[in-house]
Amino acid sequence: MRAFLENLDRRWIFLLVLIAVSTPILLKLTFPEAPSKQVRTVFSAIDDLDDGSRVLIALDYDPSSKGELEPMASAFTRQCALKKHKLYFMTLWPQGTPMVNQAIDILKNEFPDYEYGTDYVNLGYQTGGEAVIKKLASDLHGTFNVDANNEILKNIPMTQNLKNVRDMDLIVNVSAGDPGTKQWVLFISTPHNIKTVAGVTGVTAPTLYAYIPRQLSGILGAIKAAAEYEYLLIQNYPELKENPKAKEGLRRMGPQLVAHVLIIVLIIIGNIIFFTGRRQGTSV
Amino acid sequence: MKQSTLIWIVIVVLSGGFLAWRTAQTGMGRAYVEAETVIAESGETWTIEKTADAKNARSFNPTTESEAIVKLSWPRTIGVWCAAALTIAIFSFLWGDNPFYKLAEAIFVGVSAAYAMVVGFWTMIVNKLFLHLFPQFVVDNILPNLKGADGSYPDVKYLYLVPLVLGVMLLMRLAPQGGWISRWPLAFFIGATAGLRLVHYFQADFVSQIQATIIPLVVLTEQTTMENVSASIRNITLVVGVMTSLVYFFFSWEHVGVVHRISRVGIWVLMITFGASFGYTVMGRVALLAQRLEFLFDDWLWIIDPASRRLIGG
Amino acid sequence: MKRTIPLIIASVTGFVLVGTFFIPYTRDWGDEVLEWFNILAAIAFILGGGNLMKLSLQKISYKRPGWGYAAVTIIAFIATLVIGLGKFGVAPVKEYPTYSLAGPYDEQGSGFWWIFEYVYYPLAATMFSLLAFFIASAAFRAFRAKNVEATILLSTAFIVLLGRTYAGVFLTSWLPDDNVLRLDNMTEWIMNNMNTAGMRAITIGIALGIMSTSLKVLLGVDRSYIGTDDG
Repeated sequence: MRAFLENLDRRWIFLLVLIAVSTPILLKLTFPEAPSKQVRTVFSAIDDLDDGSRVLIALDYDPSSKGELEPMASAFTRQCALKKHKLYFMTLWPQGTPMVNQAIDILKNEFPDYEYGTDYVNLGYQTGGEAVIKKLASDLHGTFNVDANNEILKNIPMTQNLKNVRDMDLIVNVSAGDPGTKQWVLFISTPHNIKTVAGVTGVTAPTLYAYIPRQLSGILGAIKAAAEYEYLLIQNYPELKENPKAKEGLRRMGPQLVAHVLIIVLIIIGNIIFFTGRRQGTSV
Repeated sequence: MKQSTLIWIVIVVLSGGFLAWRTAQTGMGRAYVEAETVIAESGETWTIEKTADAKNARSFNPTTESEAIVKLSWPRTIGVWCAAALTIAIFSFLWGDNPFYKLAEAIFVGVSAAYAMVVGFWTMIVNKLFLHLFPQFVVDNILPNLKGADGSYPDVKYLYLVPLVLGVMLLMRLAPQGGWISRWPLAFFIGATAGLRLVHYFQADFVSQIQATIIPLVVLTEQTTMENVSASIRNITLVVGVMTSLVYFFFSWEHVGVVHRISRVGIWVLMITFGASFGYTVMGRVALLAQRLEFLFDDWLWIIDPASRRLIGG
Repeated sequence: MKRTIPLIIASVTGFVLVGTFFIPYTRDWGDEVLEWFNILAAIAFILGGGNLMKLSLQKISYKRPGWGYAAVTIIAFIATLVIGLGKFGVAPVKEYPTYSLAGPYDEQGSGFWWIFEYVYYPLAATMFSLLAFFIASAAFRAFRAKNVEATILLSTAFIVLLGRTYAGVFLTSWLPDDNVLRLDNMTEWIMNNMNTAGMRAITIGIALGIMSTSLKVLLGVDRSYIGTDDG
């Protein structure tokens, strides 16, 4: 048995992962969520703002992390729209513009009263990464001379009187890496003391805890936090209860649980093989 | 014929049969759009199409109450099948390197490079560089909104010649000779990055981090004794954790005696940090896989309907 | 000229940006430098695309192994480029129907949108999702409790893996909600304290490294980016 497991073709493990992730999806397994303190802090940062506050939503990610981050971006957009905040969308990733368009589709489909130019605007994308963020701190119109629809910012009601990003009441960043939350902390939230919250991938989340709470008010780390956030949002805004699109993160926690348990079992089996082998002097 | 080849042929035939049967039964993989007619002030008309749910199309669901014109879109239906094929082609790498994976990989490389180029071209080179150097041409062809009410054009800004020249020098890197000219724009890049980072890393990642670690080790507030003890333990853990980890990174002293013992605690703290990172990384990767499988089961195979787009579940 | 001017450019550019932090009057200079930087970043995308073409064409002309795939790369590259730059399928803007190039390049329904939605997106997302399989395989083969350090790492990973799903709540649901030994609470405690401490030390270390490297570049001590050849 030990010899079989020791020489196990890794494709059997791949098959197990495939079954572990696909079965809960097909069986529509979901589990109850209990929002953590960190998630509640992020939620309050948006909810405690006066209605109609200016919120910059920077969606700095692309399809390679959409599975993790889209539920966060959607939840932030819905919450801000329910609070009637003025939304300024932008991205620092070239493949991020469709991510912004998807968030805007939520506004178009679920909040038909939200009007482009007075309630939300799509600033689009700029090359340069951290240099764009740095420039935004002093000159919005110099950085984005036109929006994503090629309309000049001075002709758009909600941008014409804005000088720079310091006029924002909150920055919400959904990020998959560089440029992303770290750069917003380095160039905006720390030097200019602007309240910032973020939704980030599992890979980057642990690295950003060092900035909490002074430089970052809070973060949502990976899909679990997204699910907790969706749960909290539905609790506070029951009108979302019947909206299946507002439960993407919650839905994804089923495969998450089974896959995590599988990986733990694999590690345990791997260690049993290792220790039994060491006792018999055959394993390294 | 090898046994593995035979197995593969059987798998492919069975899968093909299943797909053909399911397509005939359910119409899986179809995409629908809502057509909207746009009428310009000049009287010209054209149609734009937006993604729509199948349940709103009469051809799919005769009982629909939707008044919008929702119809089947062939380009998008082909797109869904193309996306499914590419997804499976990438997954095929799990079996081993094969021509389908290599083909998908080659497409990915080409499309990614061109995608970034197109986005950079329209957003920066046209909207910024060309607009400021050739305003009349750009406004008359691409950005009509920028024409003044009196028919005036934005002013030419000659300072934009600098990035144009530096840009041409950068592209000299592709030339067989004279590649050294690209060192100038490269030096500009390096210098600007160094200048940006020097101060901001000092402020946000050095000073602010030290500042955030200067906290009371014994917390005495108006909270309950238990809460004060808990806050004190938290602060002590944080301060000791940072200090010991920093000692581990300090290589100017030999790690012997007291330094060795402190740095060993630092390693443990770092191991906890890496363990947490591993857990979070697993979580992230599984979420990405779940999303891809959801695409196959939902958009393509129509086995699940989590967003209630076809009224067969949700 | 080949070496001195780049050093001067790097130094002047860098110090202008450092200056904007301390001298508000120089902010406009800094903004101008950043604008040039952003435009050059877009031109760097062209350089990247050009380089890919150059290497792929070389591979084809020398018939190196896999040259057929290089041809596929070139076809995919050119097709995306032509469709994107030509704004194929982009509807006119209502106010300016005669301007065929005035609409957004990534408008829904356009050719460029189609390529993103049905080619780039599935490829990129699936490519990264493969890591879920490999991380599981690596966990089985390499994640061993060989010594104290590895055991600590392994234990933390266990707690976090369980604590970040409902399994953590279920397994320790018999404990009071605010008990730190509950797996979900323990995960939060680890992240907020131990992980923060470790990451803070790493952040400080990286900051010192970046600051010293930046300063060396600005002072001309580090010249590695200029290269050593005369070409």
